[in-house]
Amino acid sequence: MSVVTPEQERAMLRTMLTIRRFEERASSAFHAGDIHGVVHCYIGEEAVATGVCAALTREDKIISTHRGHGHCIAKGADLNRMMAELYGRQAGYCKGKGGSMHIADFDIGMLGANGIVAGGISIITGAGLAAQLDGLGRVAVGFFGDGASNAGPFHESLNIAACWKLPVIYVCENNLWAVNTPAASSVSVRDIADRAAGYGIPGVVVDGNDVLAVLEAASAAVARARAGQGPTLIECKTYRHRRHTERPDQLDERPAEEVQAWLRQDPIERQVMRLREQQGQLNDEEWQAMEREVLRAVDAAVAFAQASPVPLPESALEDVFAP
Amino acid sequence: MRTISYAAAITEALAEEMRLDPTIFHLCTDAPGPLLREFGPTRVRATPIAESAMTGIAIGAAASGYRPIVDWRLVTFCFVAMDQIVNQAAKIHYMFGGQAKFPITFRTTVGGGTRRAAQHSQSPYSMFMNLAGLKMVLPSTPYDMKGLLKSAIRDDNPVIVFEAGRLAALTGEVPESDYTIPFGVADIKRAGSDVTVVALAWLVHEALAAAQVLATEGISVEVIDPRSLVPMDADTIRDSVRKTGRLVIADEAGPTAGASAEIAALVTEDARTFAALKTSLERVCALPVPVPYAPGLEDHVFPDRKRIADAVRRVMGEQRSRTAG
Repeated sequence: MSVVTPEQERAMLRTMLTIRRFEERASSAFHAGDIHGVVHCYIGEEAVATGVCAALTREDKIISTHRGHGHCIAKGADLNRMMAELYGRQAGYCKGKGGSMHIADFDIGMLGANGIVAGGISIITGAGLAAQLDGLGRVAVGFFGDGASNAGPFHESLNIAACWKLPVIYVCENNLWAVNTPAASSVSVRDIADRAAGYGIPGVVVDGNDVLAVLEAASAAVARARAGQGPTLIECKTYRHRRHTERPDQLDERPAEEVQAWLRQDPIERQVMRLREQQGQLNDEEWQAMEREVLRAVDAAVAFAQASPVPLPESALEDVFAP
Repeated sequence: MRTISYAAAITEALAEEMRLDPTIFHLCTDAPGPLLREFGPTRVRATPIAESAMTGIAIGAAASGYRPIVDWRLVTFCFVAMDQIVNQAAKIHYMFGGQAKFPITFRTTVGGGTRRAAQHSQSPYSMFMNLAGLKMVLPSTPYDMKGLLKSAIRDDNPVIVFEAGRLAALTGEVPESDYTIPFGVADIKRAGSDVTVVALAWLVHEALAAAQVLATEGISVEVIDPRSLVPMDADTIRDSVRKTGRLVIADEAGPTAGASAEIAALVTEDARTFAALKTSLERVCALPVPVPYAPGLEDHVFPDRKRIADAVRRVMGEQRSRTAG
């Protein structure tokens, strides 16, 4: 693949940082009672969404999971409309009707976060079929977790995509835990990418906390798909820094040492280190400026959300059907 | 006007719509021969046996500018797709705030009478009726089928077209022209003045047969075919019951929380219609059991013209007839 420029590397860092700061604010807003229901933080996994989406164009489509804010941001969504949706406001992406688990921006090809494990995998396979029928070389990317790789839709979708050579990239974010059930005891193979062989498609294991490695793997898979060579399964080894949800009663049964070890593999710190030490491409001033800009954007999103009106009650009756 | 079968009306509607709109494609575990021959394997796809994935694929393709038709075949096979139907298709337009449209047609066969026992003889449409976000129709004639299936395909929302298995060979007059029937419009299949019988699918024809016999007994039966389950035409049903004052509902599904219960509620919750009722209503439904195999058992489970006629006589205040007919 073509050489990644320093600008692109900085852009990816900015995206990861934006996701991180957005998620931190969303968590505090949830704990303050401004965001309702549930929030599933993407903190720690930012390199996966960022690296994959950096290989895509606006016309390519993605779908996500219950942990979908990161993918939405990486695909290019507007932070204001995202935060407004989390705050349940009329100006939110879904007019306040979806919330965190249904955050979406169809205009930029983000077909939604989905509250059902594996619920989006066959949907994005359909977007891949549409891309194949369109004949314009576009691709579709489905994000899902280790838990979803055990569920029926994963297996059905990979089989069909393989049979029909659909331009779909299946990205498994293996963060080693499905809520509080370890992948070690619930996934029959150690590397989920090995399941690709069962469907006759390539499977790739990637350090999911190395955004450049993710980009490289994604770019190769995207190129295959655009060339009509069919689907790929990419398994990104990663870890969520926080509990499964931000709910106060959410248990976290993961061993403390394991959590600490993964915190030391923070994808943002690793990218900062690479830019600064290996390439001399990010000095203190630039890094601080980036932080300030990102925080400003997140602050603005919160301000926008807080100032947005709540939906009128009667609007609950709208949008059941398209006209 | 020429006469064609219910099954032929389906194929005709599909082919005509696919000729008109190149974004339509058809998914089924067996590609239907006539469509495959005319439109080829790209648009008429044989799929692996994976109804959940087929349903999800239709949703994703619909969001991406296509107009998929998914044939689940017997309704029993769609149960593995319930997450995609209930949690995705029914809700996807609403929970994303109307960001995209999902023009999908689901085709599926319902009903029994084929001696294929519990899993293959079902009419579970009321399960889907209770959800918000799905439209559904249940045509009982070739004419209704062609017009409603075309409407379903042209609708920009997920629509389930329930095809009554027992009616596949039923023939009827069907215009060769392009016509559609709107959703939410019931059809008065037979005008009458003494009793309203609201019947679904195959039982429309059983109700019509019962009406002929009852006419010889001096009972005038009005048979109403809702045709459209969601939206359902409450006005036509209520108008009829206000005229006759008596209601029998005939549905091949079991009674509990069925379409028959919904129709009963539509009638009794309307004050004017309730006031017009001369007696309590009757429902003629399948026995509340899984459908058994042995012919005698299956026939005992399902309602037919005799049970409909008996119900009519009861609401007319007469004892149940001891003679056949």
